[in-house]
Formats: sequence, structure tokens, C-alpha cells
Amino acid sequence: MHIHKYEKIWLIFGIGSLFIFLTIVGVSAFAKGNQPPSGLTTIDPEKVDQTPPFNKPGLVKTGDNEYQLNMVASAFSYTPAQVEIPKGAKVTINVTTKDVIHGFEVVGTNINMMVEPGYVNSFTKTFDKTGEYTILCNEYCGAGHHMMTARIKVVD
Amino acid sequence: MANEKIKGKATENSNLKGTLASVFLLGFFLIFTWVSVYFLFLERL
Amino acid sequence: MNETLKVDRRDAKLALAHIYVAFIALALGGLAGLLQTLVRSGKFTLPANISYYTILTTHGVLLGLVLTTFFIIGFQFAAVSRTAGTFSDRVRFWGWIGFWLMTIGTAMTAFFILIGEASVLYTFYAPLQAHPGFYLGLTLVVVGSWISGFAIFAHYARWKKEHPSQVSPLLTFMAVVNMVLWLVCSLGVAATVLIQLLPWSLGLVDRINVLVSRTLFWYFGHPLVYFWLLPAYMIWYAIIPKIIGGKIFSDSLARLSFILFLFFSIPVGFHHQLMEPGVEPFWKYVQVVLTFMVAIPSLMTAFAMFATFEMYGRSKGATGLFGWLRKLPWGDARFFAPFVGMLFFIPAGAGGLVNASHQLNQVVHNTIWVTGHFHLTLATTVVLTFFGAAYWLIPHLSGRVMTKAMNRLAIIQTIVWAIGMAFMSGSMHFAGLLGAPRRSAFSTYGNSPQALEWIPYQIAQAVGGTILFIGIILVLVIVTNLAFFAPKGETEFPVGEVAETAERTPLAMENWKLLISITVALILIAYTIPFIDMIQNAPPGSKGYKLW
Repeated sequence: MHIHKYEKIWLIFGIGSLFIFLTIVGVSAFAKGNQPPSGLTTIDPEKVDQTPPFNKPGLVKTGDNEYQLNMVASAFSYTPAQVEIPKGAKVTINVTTKDVIHGFEVVGTNINMMVEPGYVNSFTKTFDKTGEYTILCNEYCGAGHHMMTARIKVVD
Repeated sequence: MANEKIKGKATENSNLKGTLASVFLLGFFLIFTWVSVYFLFLERL
Repeated sequence: MNETLKVDRRDAKLALAHIYVAFIALALGGLAGLLQTLVRSGKFTLPANISYYTILTTHGVLLGLVLTTFFIIGFQFAAVSRTAGTFSDRVRFWGWIGFWLMTIGTAMTAFFILIGEASVLYTFYAPLQAHPGFYLGLTLVVVGSWISGFAIFAHYARWKKEHPSQVSPLLTFMAVVNMVLWLVCSLGVAATVLIQLLPWSLGLVDRINVLVSRTLFWYFGHPLVYFWLLPAYMIWYAIIPKIIGGKIFSDSLARLSFILFLFFSIPVGFHHQLMEPGVEPFWKYVQVVLTFMVAIPSLMTAFAMFATFEMYGRSKGATGLFGWLRKLPWGDARFFAPFVGMLFFIPAGAGGLVNASHQLNQVVHNTIWVTGHFHLTLATTVVLTFFGAAYWLIPHLSGRVMTKAMNRLAIIQTIVWAIGMAFMSGSMHFAGLLGAPRRSAFSTYGNSPQALEWIPYQIAQAVGGTILFIGIILVLVIVTNLAFFAPKGETEFPVGEVAETAERTPLAMENWKLLISITVALILIAYTIPFIDMIQNAPPGSKGYKLW
């Protein structure tokens, strides 16, 4: 098929840019471990309260400066609703739901997960700055969806 | 076919400079937007 | 290409019926949209205990599903009848069956939403469980659209039989590609509704596999947006050149871009599920790569559009790098509305690349950035193109002509729309980057300082929403005038001709066995392994919840 010379230039430039974008996110994901949250652990959504670690939700120290934050989402709240995290802590957040699909967004960070019944979703982040972060549900879950929130305080 | 190609050549190259400039402006805008949000991602890492 | 210059009266009636329903949906859905932006400004509460989420569901279903599907099928019936000849009685009969099934389905769905039995939004994610009537209504809409699709295929097959070894008319070919795309992708939503959601909402089964249902939905959900976009591209490629007095840049490249859309718009649904548990990151990345491939035909389209405009301007004696811009018919609403739509597709496409890149998606996923994004793609690019098409299509079908006054009003309408959307979508994008969630009523999240930052943007959204509602009133005035009150007369159905310098189109482009095989192969590559994984490693299913 005949293609105009300028269109060839444009397509080489355009497609080339697309491949550069793909390479950047690909290397970042597979070489540096910046994969999106993709928890593969399953759980019985009706037995969340009896299944460790979600039978005792909250922050658990797992190593030198390493923590696990286990959270349970349900209509229309998170447990726990307030968490204090020491500054500089590397925290793996595990979250699951007892009922419908919820979102788990920590405003102003890259923590942004879908929380679906039957699955535990996880994401790891180091909290370098002190301050207060808002957690909110960003997937519609019912009449009280916009009231569903929690706080993280990063303290010295 | 050959005939069409010759005709094609005659009108080509000279008269689509504006198109080339336009699509490149568009392309730079795409790159600018993508890179901006990528930096936001890195900053929040 | 020009089999008949005028759409047959009987075919016109069928097309018009679809277009009327589309604009009624615009009126109701637009009102719902206005109310949403007002609620989110924090300065207004809905009267009589009406739920924000009922309004939101109404808005999404009426504008995302009803306006689009009805306008598209109506437009395609007209375009196919115009370029491939008048329908047989049988094709037209099935077209009407399709229309009535879709209309009954829409009425049913709307009924259950408005009585508050289906506040599940237009994505109806399980395990939120709507009334079975909601799912049944949606099924009728989809089945109706399938029947209309097969009516178009039958007409196309007859044309091919009567014109052996000829290339089909461009608009007909494009309509067929779009309906093939629609058929292949809507199998996914049909599967989740018929096999999973409907039996579960009727109580025949207790539990549902949520992830499988979402995956089937998004297998459908992304090609759905291309089903909206391709008719706009039909108008850009095949009709706008005629309106401005120019030629189609290249028939074969136009067809190639449509074929690429068919290949790459389906195996990409995971880019809506990038933040999701239960899907291996590798498969997410595979679909991210495929999603980027679907940008290529849009890059081609951008070139073709600028080239069409420049070739026309230069043929009128334009000089300099951008002199051709001045030669374009800025005072003609049939050109101006779609042109503004094209301009808005530039930021829309940029945002789309951000959404599709999995790490960038972490920044914007389920924030109001996404809402801002598809109010550029669908609610500006596609919708303004459809409005621009309505300005000649409706009078052509109703046997009337657009007056100068109406044309001027249509230009104003386009400007109003552009300003309103710049406010609304612009502030949505910025608020989204600051973390404001989509699909949420007004909330300060316990006076969180971060949430308080969003309020000025939410007020800007209400300002934009109000301006857009004025735009909706204007377009309804114009459309009503063109359908019922404009002076009687003949309006042209413009169909572009190919530039003399363009190459002849290869017949291989209509090898449907090959095209569909490649489409299916790509879908199988992208989905088979993760889908089997989902079923084999499935957690216990979910009961239904009605939490509104």
C-alpha cells in the first residue's frame, strides 16, 4: 500500500514514541518491581473475621523497619479507621473485603487498589514524609460510598 | 498502478508540510502529557 | 460509490426513529448530569430523598449506552442505505424488530433504575445486585442491536453478490466493521449477564464469581468505546471531506485503520483492571502493549484529517505552513462541530495513553481524571461529531433544510459546548491528579485537608456542567426544528470521493474470514491463560448485596 512520505515519518515517530513509553513502564515494572497491585491470594469473603491476619486487623511489625498493615473493607468503613506509622517504615498493605467491591486509595500517593471479595490485594510503600493521609473508597459500593474513609498518620 | 504512482509523486511532498507540522505538534503534546504524569508517579514513589 | 443520492423514505423513517430515541435520552441524561455536578459542588442537595447514585446510574445508562447505541445504529442504517442502496423489505423489517427490542429494553432498564431497584451504575459490578428486570432490559437492548447488526450484514452480503469483485462503498464497509466489532465484544457482556448475573439475581444460583464477571464486562467495555468512536471516524473520513469540498485522502488507509481497530480494540480490557487482584502482572502488561497498538490507527487518522484539510486549502490557493486553515468553512456547523470534536481528541488521546500505562494508571485509577477523560472522548469528540452529523442527517431524512439562523445557533452551540467542557473536564483532570475519586457524592471525608483542596475544582465542574446543560438545550432546539419545523426541501447526504492521486483499494481488505480469524486469535492470546487461571484458582463466590 502506498503511504505518503510525511505520513511514514509521522508514523515512525509516533509508533517509536509508543514503544519508548512501553519500554519505560515495562523496565520499571519487571526490572525495578514497580508492578501494579495484583494480589493473587484468595480468601473466603464470609470468613474474613476468622482468617488471619484479618482476624486482628492493624499494623504489625515484621522486621527491622518493616511492617504489615492488614485492613478490612466493608460497607461503608475500613478497619482500623486510624493508623499510625513511624516515619521511614516500609509497609506492605494487605486489604480485603467482607462484602462488595471497594476501592483503597491513599490520596496523594501511588497506593490505589481494587478490593474484591475473595481476594487479598497488596502494595508496598515506604512512608518517608510525616503527615496525614486520607484513605478513601474510590469504587462505588452503595449509598454510603462517599462516607467510606480512614486516616494514616506518619509520625516521627 | 505505475501511472498512479507518478501522479502521486507529483503532488506529494510539496504540499503536506502543514500536516507534518500539525501532527508533530500533536505528538509533542502527547509526550509532554505522558511525561508529566510519569514524573508525578515518580515523585509519589 | 453513489448508488442512490437520497435515503429511501422507508429507510429514513427507521433511521429517524433511532435518532429520536437518542435525543430523548440526551435530554434526560443531560439533566441527570447537571444535577450531579451541582451536588458535587457541595452547595446543593437533591430534593425528595433522590439518591445521587440513582441519578448517576441514569446518566451513565442513558448517555453511555442509549444515546450512543441508538444514534449509531440509526446513522449506520442511513449511511448503508445511502451508499449500498435501499434496503429490502426483509432487512427493513428486521431493522424495526431490532429498534423495538432496544426501545422496550431501554424503557425496562430505565424503569428499574428510577424506582431505585438498580442503583448499580452502568457498569453494574457484582456482587451489588440489581432487580432481574434491569439485567433483562439490558439484554433486550443488546439482542436488539445484534438483530440490527445482522440486518446490515445481510444488506452488505447482497451488495457484494450483486457487485462481484468490486470494492464495497467506504461507509458501508466501515459500518460493517463497527457492527462486527460490536458483535464480537458484546458476546462478553451477554455471557456475564445471561450466564452469571440474571440467574443469580433471580435466585437460581446463590453465588457469583466476581472477577470472571468483571473480566467479561471489560472484555466488552473497552471495544464499547471504540464502537462509539468508529462512527465519528466514519464521519471524519468519508463525510467531512465532501462537506468542506475536498477529497478523501486515502480510501485504503481509512479501511486499514478500521481493520486495526477491529484487531486491537478487544484484547485490551485488562487496562481497566490494572489495579485488580487475581490477574498476573505479566498478563496486564501484555494487554497494556496491545492497548498501545490501538493508538496507531488514531495516529493515522490524525494525519489523514490534517492532510484532507491541507490538500483542500492548497487547492484553493492557500500558501505558507498553515495558510490552508483559513480556507476551511468555519461558518458551516456541519464542519465546525466535528472539527472542534477533533481538536478535543488531542488531549483525550494524551489522557488515554496515561490511563493505559500501568504505573501511570496508579496515579489516576478511579479518580475523577477518568471521568474527565471520557467526557473528552465520548462527550465531546464523539458527541460533537454526532451533533454535526445530525445537522444534515435529520433534515435529509425529514425532507427539510437547515436555515441560516439554525446554522448560526449550531455554531454557538458548539462554542458553548467547548467552553463548558473545558471547564468541567479540565477541572476533573486536575482534581483527579490530586486524588479526588470518581462516582462519589459530595464529601469532605471527615474534613480531610486533602479533600478540601478539591472543592474549588468541584465548583468549576458545576459551572462547566451548567454551561453544558445550556448546550444541551440549544442542540435540542436545533434538532426539534430540523425534525419538525424547518422549511421543507432537499438536504444533501454528503459522501466524500477519493482523491485522484490515491491508490486503488486492495480487495483483500474484505476477506472477512481472515479479518475475523486474526481478531479471534488476538483475543485468545490475550485472554485464554489468565481467564483459565481465574476460574481454576477461584475463591468462594459472592452472595448478592443491595446496599443502596
